[in-house]
Amino acid sequence: MKLMNTLLATSTLALSAGAASAIDLTMVSWGGAYQHSQLKAYAEPYMAEHPDVNIIWDESSAEAVAKLRAMNEAGNISWDLVDVTVSDSIRLCDEGLAKEIDFDEALAPAPDGTPASEDFGSTLVNDCFIPQIVYSTTFGYRTDLVGDTPPTTVCDVFDLEKYPGKRALQKRPIDNVEWALYCDGVAKDEIYDVLGTEEGQARAFAKLDTIKDQVVWWSAGAETPQLLADGEVVMGSTFNGRLFSAIAEQNQPIAMLWDMQSYDIDGWIVPAGLAAEREAVVMDFLKFATDTQRLADQAKYISYGPARASSAPLVGKHADLGIEMAPHMPTDPANAGNPHFYDYGWWADNRDDLDAKFQAWLAQ
Amino acid sequence: MTDDRTGGDAAFVEFDHVQKSYDGETLVVKDLNLSVARGEFLTMLGPSGSGKTTCLMMLAGFETATHGDIRLGGRPINNIPPHKRGIGMVFQNYALFPHMTVAENLAFPLEVRKIGKSLRDAKVKRALDMVQMGEFGGRRPAQLSGGQQQRIALARALVFEPELVLMDEPLGALDKQLREHMQFEITRLAHNLGITTVYVTHDQTEALTMSDNIAVFDDGRIQQLAPPAKLYEEPENSFVAQFIGENNTLLGMVKEIKGDVAVVELDDGELIDCKPINVSKPGERTRVSIRPERVEFNKSRLQAGAHTLKAEVLEFIYMGDIFRTRLRVAGNDEFVVKTRNAPDQVRLTPGQQIEIGWLPQDCRALDA
Amino acid sequence: MSDITEAGPMRAADGTPLKKSLARALRRQKLRALALIAPLLIFILVTFIAPIADMLFRSVENQIVRDTLPRTVAALKDWDAASGEVPGEPVFAGLAVDFQIAAELKNHTKLGSRLNYENPGISSLFRKTGRGAEDIGKTFMDRFVDVNEAWKKSGTWATLFGDDKWLADQAAWAAAKDKDAKEPPFKLREGVADVLPVTASTYRTFARAAQQDGRKSPVDTKPWPVLFTALGQDLANASPESLGALGGENGALVQEVATAVQGFETFGYRDAFLDIDKGWGDLDKWETIKAYSPPYTPGYFLNAADLEKGPDGIQARPEQQRIYVTLFIRTMWMSMLITFSCLLLGYPVAWLLANLRSSTANLLMILVLLPFWTSLLVRTSAWKVLLQQQGVINDVLVWLGLIDDANRLIMINNQFGTITAMTHILLPFMILPLYSVMKTIPPSYLRAAKSLGATNWTAFWRVYFPQSVPGIGAGSILVFILSIGYYITPEIVGGTRGVFISNRIAYHISSSLNWGLAAALGTILLALVLLLYYVYDKIVGIDNVKLG
Repeated sequence: MKLMNTLLATSTLALSAGAASAIDLTMVSWGGAYQHSQLKAYAEPYMAEHPDVNIIWDESSAEAVAKLRAMNEAGNISWDLVDVTVSDSIRLCDEGLAKEIDFDEALAPAPDGTPASEDFGSTLVNDCFIPQIVYSTTFGYRTDLVGDTPPTTVCDVFDLEKYPGKRALQKRPIDNVEWALYCDGVAKDEIYDVLGTEEGQARAFAKLDTIKDQVVWWSAGAETPQLLADGEVVMGSTFNGRLFSAIAEQNQPIAMLWDMQSYDIDGWIVPAGLAAEREAVVMDFLKFATDTQRLADQAKYISYGPARASSAPLVGKHADLGIEMAPHMPTDPANAGNPHFYDYGWWADNRDDLDAKFQAWLAQ
Repeated sequence: MTDDRTGGDAAFVEFDHVQKSYDGETLVVKDLNLSVARGEFLTMLGPSGSGKTTCLMMLAGFETATHGDIRLGGRPINNIPPHKRGIGMVFQNYALFPHMTVAENLAFPLEVRKIGKSLRDAKVKRALDMVQMGEFGGRRPAQLSGGQQQRIALARALVFEPELVLMDEPLGALDKQLREHMQFEITRLAHNLGITTVYVTHDQTEALTMSDNIAVFDDGRIQQLAPPAKLYEEPENSFVAQFIGENNTLLGMVKEIKGDVAVVELDDGELIDCKPINVSKPGERTRVSIRPERVEFNKSRLQAGAHTLKAEVLEFIYMGDIFRTRLRVAGNDEFVVKTRNAPDQVRLTPGQQIEIGWLPQDCRALDA
Repeated sequence: MSDITEAGPMRAADGTPLKKSLARALRRQKLRALALIAPLLIFILVTFIAPIADMLFRSVENQIVRDTLPRTVAALKDWDAASGEVPGEPVFAGLAVDFQIAAELKNHTKLGSRLNYENPGISSLFRKTGRGAEDIGKTFMDRFVDVNEAWKKSGTWATLFGDDKWLADQAAWAAAKDKDAKEPPFKLREGVADVLPVTASTYRTFARAAQQDGRKSPVDTKPWPVLFTALGQDLANASPESLGALGGENGALVQEVATAVQGFETFGYRDAFLDIDKGWGDLDKWETIKAYSPPYTPGYFLNAADLEKGPDGIQARPEQQRIYVTLFIRTMWMSMLITFSCLLLGYPVAWLLANLRSSTANLLMILVLLPFWTSLLVRTSAWKVLLQQQGVINDVLVWLGLIDDANRLIMINNQFGTITAMTHILLPFMILPLYSVMKTIPPSYLRAAKSLGATNWTAFWRVYFPQSVPGIGAGSILVFILSIGYYITPEIVGGTRGVFISNRIAYHISSSLNWGLAAALGTILLALVLLLYYVYDKIVGIDNVKLG
């Protein structure tokens, strides 16, 4: 901490004096292939352009909210840029732990001059969150364990007769209750209205009850591909990038089920209360890292869709495998036939309540 | 090795060609033959590592003999587990169960024998009274002094009225005065109750004062088995001679043997008279052993024609009841003479040249 | 030396009472001892006692409501939820001012997420209201500005409400442009509070909010719309004579607008809030705010015990929300099972360790310690590979023909998985204390017991076992306490029925940020452990615990 302060002080001094002395930026991400894609697509190019900036990674995104709050209480923020999910960004923004961003001023416009706020469009979900990628939580299934008729809709997950065997679902209510209601006959655009009522929640849990003892609950994204590979489950939900690497990189007998894939966005927040000079460097990096080309570049390394509309046409081939990445993106028209958009605002309000109910339901 | 067996008529405990090895390479006990008569107090005496404790443990059943038979009352007990042997035992550190009171400790052997509560209490009380610890029944062992613990351990070993009691250095942890007192107490109890006792110690005074018979152990063998007086007066080999009591030794060669007197030529050429014990022919090397109190420097008390030796007084120590004089004799600087503090006793002064001698029967020519 | 003949305290050679000089001599020793342990003491205070105290405090602390909405909370005192009506204008007027400040400081969302734990929906209500807060009364303000442009200027307000001396000081400060000097704190003009009480108090709040943290001067800050609504309120009540007391140019401004105000429609604070979000009309939202307005709350503890504050006092939560009591019982019960199975498996191992030859014992000890040298995650994942349905154990059993391929055993993602994996992980913590106690039990006790006629079993049970109880106690306490705090292993192999209360605590710490609830759960867990410790002390005696 003290060292960080000293570093901060010296870099501040150096910057104000206009000298090109090195500055260390601490970025927080999720580790693994995703962090690697960020390193390749923006961190390395940026460091090549700015030899005075050195980027250090911290793989703490899973605990980012708690850690940032603790840092804030201790009055010492040692992170400069944090990669979080939308729901975490809402908490951070609400808690005043993340800086509010003026998107058009802070972010680069599209090559054709479209302002950033328009180019990012609906992915801008709150004042603090700078989107990077669109990913989805969707299903993969074992091609050799489903017979001749592979599942085609998310409701096949709830069909134990047609597809006997275990399923892997994430140990949280989000996505699961929506799928349950959808498969219980609720229209897609009414899901949150129904879920807002006690009866609707009971209905969702009743639907989940029908498969409860055939479910393996996961909490880390890597679990489902492993469970599928081991043959422990017939089908399971996880992040689409995880399934992509199991299918394309490890050649597992797994296929994607894109129906009702649940879109989510991952992006940056800037911790509130950085020193002004430091913040300036962070904002400069941010502008670079979220421009149209950089976001398109990231798709070379991982099958997550760029958050900018203008990046989509620039998505090319996988950096190592050489396969076209566009068909593997959750946003590809072939995959996006029947996506589910999850309501961040609704979940921000009801997450704690429903989570308690979900846990109680699990424990029953 | 001796063939001398004591009490062979009514052998209660018998070791018959017993051997013991722990590692399969060396023998800790080598061909042990021993019998203990009913009611006898036998002490196994020897330096540590001599095999005496192993013998005791074999008898108690905690070690099995590698070879040979151990018999109790004529019955081989090799295959009887310890708890069925009915032998009382007192351990070196008493082994009183710390989580039980004194009375519970004493009741334990009776309980496991399923003796009824009233009889049990009576026996416990009697045993406590026997060791004068009647009031301590409710205490824990940790609340007792060493001597008191010792008595309780003794009482516990006796409470179930065993015919044989084994004691493994039971007085080792006590101070001198208490030890002497307990020595007396143990022998008194053993004799009053008529129990056969096998007692292990490395303290020769203890062995001498308590035992009917002492078996001196060394190197896995019994070096000599004899009553205390005989053991002291007539050691049969130089180990026993040196191990029991204080002893002066002189090295030399047998010059001639005439009946029960052997003439030995010491290494400096002087001649002395000895009693041949385990030397048989002239020319053999021998170690001559004389007790310090049997050395005489008053010529008039010696036999006519006895050999004498020149000696130089090195040191004179006044010890109250006795005087202890250190001499240089035949090149040996550690030759000690003890004389009683009597009114007419001569007090030697260092540097004095004297002549010493002894009765031939007090000077034993042993193995070298 | 003279004998002490007179009655009285014993004295030292220099005449001081002996007790005193002894105390002095001892004090020096004590101080030295204290100095020696000081580093440890401070370390423990900082890293152990302080966090526990902080946790205890957080589990009841609730000042955020009172700090963020002080006026609303004060006004709510008179409101009774039983009336069935939403609070009246004074509460909403207070809320309008509170929200002005909270939105400025971005505190409202923090409070929103705090209250959302108690009542889902408050989070977005506060977020939305925060965005609209600064517009409350804006139309009303425009009417003022229509009357006279001067009302838009912050200077007008400052001269109206600021004390003359303060205004002079402030002007001097502004002229000096000294960065390090602090702006003189705002002082209200004398008498103005008598004439315009609500506005004066609101302006003071405004000025203080502006000056807070040296942000801006009130003289340069745009006036809040709620100042106008407050002034409208005051003017409606004030008599023309009292307004006349406000002399000077500003007095004329006020008098001018006072007549104009008669023509304005009255401003409704409640309607303004309802315009922003209908949620402000919900009775239960207000009940929640009122219920959680005291600075300390039992709410977290109630929640942690599956209870809630209802209209008729404390009541059980609806069944589908009860979880913590189940988890507490499960945590205790499974920890006991784990402790017991550790004891069952560890006792013979410890006995072997204590009684084998030292070379063999050392090898065995390495095997016992081996798990310590592998990471927890690796060990737990290894159990997954072993126990899962397509895992090693099932494969072997199927291969041996002991079970049918279709009926593979379910040994993971349930309590069995948790108990198995945690027993393995915690086994060394049982073996080591057992071993160190057994090492001190001389073999002669067993021999003595046998020589006294006890069979092997009796000797063990009556003599050896009682003496190993301190080791059992230490090992069991260690394993039990470690296992109730475990959450990584249950999370990975526990499925739904094998998770512990610690998993929920971790969730509330890192995910839901409901630290108060996490603290309450932790406090209860701590209390349960202390209670068990007390029971253990009563039954076995705590001096009967030995780590070696």
